[in-house]
This record gives sequence, structure tokens and C-alpha cells, in this order.
Amino acid sequence: MRATSRSEYIVTRLIKAAGYSAILFIGLIFLFLLREGTPALFEIPLGDLVGDRWYPIEDLFGMLPLIGGSLLVTIGAALVAVPLGLLTAIYIAEVAPRSARELLKPAVEILAGLPSVMLGFLGIVALAPYLRRLLDLPTGLSALTGSLLLGGIAIPSVVSVAEDALDAVPRTYREAARALGATRWQIIWRVTLPAARSGVLTAIMLGVGRVIGETMTVMMVTGNAPVLPTGLGSLFRPTRTMTATIAAEMGEVANGSVHYHALFLIGILLFLISLGVNLLAARFVFRQRTRAERVLS
Amino acid sequence: MATESQRRHLIQRAGFAGLLLATFATVAPILLVVGLILWRAAPALSFEFLTASPREGMRAGGILPAIVGTFWLTLGTAAVAVPFGVGAAIYLAEYAPDSRWTRAIRIAIINLAGIPSVVYGLFGLGLFVLFLGFGTSILAGSLTLAIMTVPVIISTTEEALRAVPQSFRAVSISLGGTQWQTVRRIVLPQALPGILTGVILGLERAAGETAPILFTAAAFFLPRLPNSPFDATMALPYHLFVISTQVPGMPIDVQYGTAAVLLVFVLGMNLVATVIRSRARARRQW
Amino acid sequence: MNGIKISVQNLSLGYSDGKESLRHVSLDIRNHAITVLFGPAGGGKSTLLRTINRLNDLTDVRHLSGKVWLDGVDVLDPATDLIALRRRVGMVFARPVVLPMSVRQNLTYGRELAGERNQARLTEVVERSLRAAALWEEVLDRLDDPAISLSGGQQQRLCLARVLALEPEVIMLDEPTSGLDPISTGKVEATLQELKQTYTILLVPHSVQQAARTADHAAFILDGELIEFGQGKDLFTRPKDQRTEDYIEGRFG
Repeated sequence: MRATSRSEYIVTRLIKAAGYSAILFIGLIFLFLLREGTPALFEIPLGDLVGDRWYPIEDLFGMLPLIGGSLLVTIGAALVAVPLGLLTAIYIAEVAPRSARELLKPAVEILAGLPSVMLGFLGIVALAPYLRRLLDLPTGLSALTGSLLLGGIAIPSVVSVAEDALDAVPRTYREAARALGATRWQIIWRVTLPAARSGVLTAIMLGVGRVIGETMTVMMVTGNAPVLPTGLGSLFRPTRTMTATIAAEMGEVANGSVHYHALFLIGILLFLISLGVNLLAARFVFRQRTRAERVLS
Repeated sequence: MATESQRRHLIQRAGFAGLLLATFATVAPILLVVGLILWRAAPALSFEFLTASPREGMRAGGILPAIVGTFWLTLGTAAVAVPFGVGAAIYLAEYAPDSRWTRAIRIAIINLAGIPSVVYGLFGLGLFVLFLGFGTSILAGSLTLAIMTVPVIISTTEEALRAVPQSFRAVSISLGGTQWQTVRRIVLPQALPGILTGVILGLERAAGETAPILFTAAAFFLPRLPNSPFDATMALPYHLFVISTQVPGMPIDVQYGTAAVLLVFVLGMNLVATVIRSRARARRQW
Repeated sequence: MNGIKISVQNLSLGYSDGKESLRHVSLDIRNHAITVLFGPAGGGKSTLLRTINRLNDLTDVRHLSGKVWLDGVDVLDPATDLIALRRRVGMVFARPVVLPMSVRQNLTYGRELAGERNQARLTEVVERSLRAAALWEEVLDRLDDPAISLSGGQQQRLCLARVLALEPEVIMLDEPTSGLDPISTGKVEATLQELKQTYTILLVPHSVQQAARTADHAAFILDGELIEFGQGKDLFTRPKDQRTEDYIEGRFG
């Protein structure tokens, strides 16, 4: 009996340590990003950092084109993922017969598992040439190509969270509306969707968060031209995101150089942006029940 | 003359058709992608392709080192991510009180889950490759991928643990069980299929990631198989990236072939996870 | 002969959400008898049971005062060995909760927790506790079937047998027959009459009728307060407090 309590004590301590390790990891990550990135704030005048030319060879580290590129591609992807994702989620949750559901949900899950480099590859060999012919572009590598693919990547996040949110709306709401003579269509838009509003918003934000952080796909298909996007036409021209910049240039950079620090600085910026988006999304998702409820339920 | 009711039903039918269309637009490309890759890869997929090392600057021979490399990286990731992830989830689901510290842990996990994969790559470079001096290695790559995978495993494991009915715990405690005995004898065995599913899906993601291993583990032309955790290695996702963007004159079916191997690897894990999940659901005793 | 097994002394309990579940409750529970705690839902009866075996420790209790003496030792003392306590004071819950294992494993679970490994002893425990719960004949050829395959009434008797396997001193039952058909209910009540010769039984019935049928001693609990306590026969035929009479007569509930 004594031995059991000693081993139990050790196990419990280990479990607690594992729990707190998350804080350790996030701290380490932030620490190391800061360590390698903040020197850039001293080596590069602040005015330059918000300049509109990113050309490291000539010591130009204006981050605006990269931020603009990320923004452009993210908005484009959201325009693809949000409508398609939401409508698909509504279909799966509210309209599809059970047998179709059993096929659709795994299909969407497959999409979630597809590696981004593979979609980037298909972007290069299939989608880009197609868009080039269709829209008469010089190459098919543009912000649009990136947006389309990223939209596809974000769809599973949107679909699964939105579908859960719609599923969670109590049956009684729908039945009450039904009793009042509403059609299923009306119920979806006037009862179910508003009731699931916060979950749906979470789904959208998670999708956006997913898109902002994407690296390989954008690096492979957006053309890698750090040019500040201006106007709608830039959708059809090459661009560069923050993530692609890091991935593309890190390999050729000398440790400790200004360029190196600048890339880490971009990393810090990405860290903070995704922090913001995910914290916002988590506000809605957080449903903590008190332990009393849990034990006695 | 259409009545109000008829008009509403017409709108509904049109609406449902629209939803179906959107769903089709979402799902059809998935099938297209899988089909296209497998079809175009067929010419290149031979026994040699899967079991031999590359020759002629990657243009001939096989991709065995990349397959082996991905295998080792995945294993290494599992070795680190599973104890931390499952352990943390058990803490959160079974032990953690409602306190400020617990909230801090949860916020940390949310942040970890949201960090872009390339930023993990930077972190791995800074900490494991440079500061700790592991160099570009399977070790550095696995540790980086592991920390990236931990939040995924935590959330799926916690969900699996919470799905086990609370009443079992009350019964076990009322029979004189300790917290750990209850977790070990009842909660964990019942949650195991869900945990496994989550772990496999987390590893599936890790296996397909490129950005975290770009600067921490991956090398392009290493026909030799890795024989220590401190070796750099080829890996499938990185390999696909390089041969499709940086090697001129690369035969297209070799590219498709590599993509297909990666696809099968990833989908295979997906399938295993799905099978575990549905079999467990059928055999559940509650 | 009928000594006092458990003595609840001025027990008050409030949850963190502000709910005052028990207010200055004092009562004595005698050995070899069935003491019944009855009253309207939410009155604190379950809370009282869970305080005795310290199951309430798992919930958000904001304040707890008073004493609960088990054989002269206060179980609310922080130094109490909770594991030993819960083996001495067993509990059967309202809905039958069988563990997701076989019938046999459900019964040996408690002993295995205590470190029992001897297979012969465990097998003996299985048969003995099933007989004591009047379930042996019905399941002796199904011991390795999943416990969930038993009927509702059988599952609940299995839960009772599970408690008996630990050879407790006190058995607490919280509305044990609330989901069961009349025949199963009758079997459980008959078993309790048998068991009271060996154990101390504390029962929260699911109806006043069940209370009247089974009680040797009865306590009427309303809104966390003990209103009246007395001999079973007397309390139900000649209640002293008007509220007790009103509840028994069904004027509120």
C-alpha cells in the first residue's frame, strides 16, 4: 500500500509537470524569437522597417509589401473559404441525409490532412497553368492562385467548427419554429444560424488563423515578388507573404546578420498576429463548467 | 397563381440546391486532387522507386531515404509529443483546479496551436540547431515538430477523456479508489481509442509539414540513410518541395510519384485513425 | 444492541454557487437498522450522504462545519484516511452505474483497488457478494458478460453487490430503485431487510411509500433542515410536525 502511494505521487507529479510544460514551451518560443529578432529593431531604422521595398540585397527591409501580401492572400482566401465552408457546413448539419453525412465528413477530413506542400505542388503543375490560360496571365503564379489554394486549405477548419456549432443548437429551437409553420430553409437562416452565431464566428476566425500561418503553398504559387499590393489588379500579379519570405530566405542567410534578424522580426510579428486572432476565437470557444457540475452530473 | 406556401417551398428547394452546389464545390476538388495525383503518378511508381536511393541528382532511382527520413521524424515526434500531450491532457481533464494557473496553461495551449509552422521552424533553428548545438538533425526536427504537435494531441486527448462518463469516476472513488487508480483503470482504457485517433491525426500533420523541418532537419541530396539522431535527413515533404521548384528538368511523373507516396502515407494514417474510431464506437460499453 | 453507528452533529454545508445545502443537521444513525432520509427533491439528502463518505470533496464546497462521527471518529477531520473510509461506507447511486467491464470485474474492482491479487479469494468474493445481493442465481452463468448486458434491476443489484464485495460497515443508497420496475424494487427492498442484520443502512427512498415500507428510523429533511426524526412506524402514522404531515399526505412535494 505504501509503495502504491509513492508511485502514485511520482506519477501525479509527472502529470502536473506535463500540464505546465505548455507554459514552458510558449515561453521558450517567445524568448527565442525575441532573442534573435529584437536586434533588428536596433540595426534597422524604424522608418525603413515600414518602408515599401523589401530588397535585402540592397539592405532594404521594408516589411510593408510582405504584410500587404499576407493581407491580400488572406482576404482572398477568406472570400473563398468562408462562403464555401459555411454553406457546406450548413448542408452537412441541416440538410444532408445521414448516409451522405457519413461520406461528406470523412471527405472533408481528408482535405484537412493534405499536406500544404502537396497542394502547392498541384498549384504549380495544374492550377497555375490553368489560370494562366484562363485569365491570360504571364505566369499562373499570383495572389489569386494562392488565395484559391489557401481557401481550400482553410475550408476544413471552417466546416468542422461551424458544423459542430450548428449541431449544438438545441433541437427544441427547431421544433418550436417548425410548429409555427416555418420551412426548413427559414429555420436554418432565422433560427439555427443566429443561435450558432458565436460558434460560426469562431469557425471563421480559426479558418483565417489557419490561412495567415500557411507557408509552403503560398511560397510555391504566389510568385514570390515582394511588391506592395495596390488595387484589385494585384490579385492577378505575383506577391509575397510574410511566411513565404521567412521560408524562402532563411536558407541563404548568414547567422547573426541583419537579414537574419529581420527574418526573425517577421517571425515575431507573425507570432503576435496569430496570437491575437486565436485568443479572439478562443473567447467564444471557452466553456468551462465548474467542477461541481461535472462530478454530480 | 402560387400561394405563399408554394412560394416558400420553391425558395427552399432553390436554396437547398445552392447548398448542395457549394458542398459539391468543396468536396469535388478533394476527389480531383487525390485522383489526379494517383493517376499521374502511376508511371513512376515502381518497386525501385520505393526502395532504392536516388541517382543522377534525384532524377532517377528511388526515394527511399526520403521515406525513411519521414518515418524517423514521425517516430521522433511521437516519442516526445505523446508523453507531453497526453500527460498535459490528463492533468487538465482530471486534476487541474479552476485556478489562474490552469487558465494560463489553457491560454498557452491556444497560442501554441496558433503559431504558424514556419515560426516553429525559426524557433527550432534558434533553440535546437544553434543554441543547443544539435545542428541540422533528425533530433532538432523531431523536437520542433513535437512541440508543434503537442497542442493538437492535448485537445483531442482531453476531449476523449471528458467523453468518459463522470459517473464512472464517482463510482471508482466511492469504492475507495485514488484519483490515479481511477484514471489508470477506467478513464484511460475507455478513452484510449479516442486518444489514439487524436495522436495519429496529429502525427499525420507532422509527417506532412515542411516549414518546421526546412531549417532544422532536412537536406536535399543525402542518398545515405540516416544512422543517428544527429544526422540530417531527406524527408518526403521537403523532397517534393525541392524537386518541384528547384530542380530543372525533373521528370514530371517522378514529381507526381513523390507526391503520391506522401499522399498514401498521410491518407494511410487517416484511414487507421478512422478505423480505430469507428470500431471503438461499436464496442463501447456505455 | 442497536448502537449508534454514525452521529451527525450540527452539520452545515454551502456550495460555491451560494446554495445552502445543509443547515445545522444533527441526527443519529443506528447499527443494524434501516434509517431513511426522505423529503422533497433538492432538500440536501444526497448532499448529506456524500458528506459522510467525503464524496463531496470532489465538488465546489464553499463552507462546511459540524462533525460526522463514525464509531466515535470524526470523518470530516482532514487527517482522515479517505480510502479506508470509503471502503467502510459504501454507496449505491440512483441510476445503476456499472463499470464498463464484465460482471465479475465489476465485483472484483474494489478489492483490486485495495491490492487484492489472490484469484481464489476474489472468486469467493464474487460469489459471496452476489448471493448477498440476491443476484447469484440469475448471473452465475454470465459472469464474464459485459455488465451492461444485464437488465436495469440486475445492474442495480450488481451495484449493491459491488459495494458488499468490500465488506463495508455502512451501506448508503441514494434513490436506488428510482428507475426500476416494481418487481426489481421489491427484490431490492427485501434484500435490504436481510442486509440490515449485518450492516448499517442509510436509505434515501424515491417515494414516501417506499420510506414507510422500509424505515426502522426516519428523518424528514426539508430545505437543508432536519424537521423531524423518529421511529418509522410512529413518524408516518403520527407525525409531530405539520410540515412532515403535509409532505406525507402529498400536499406538497
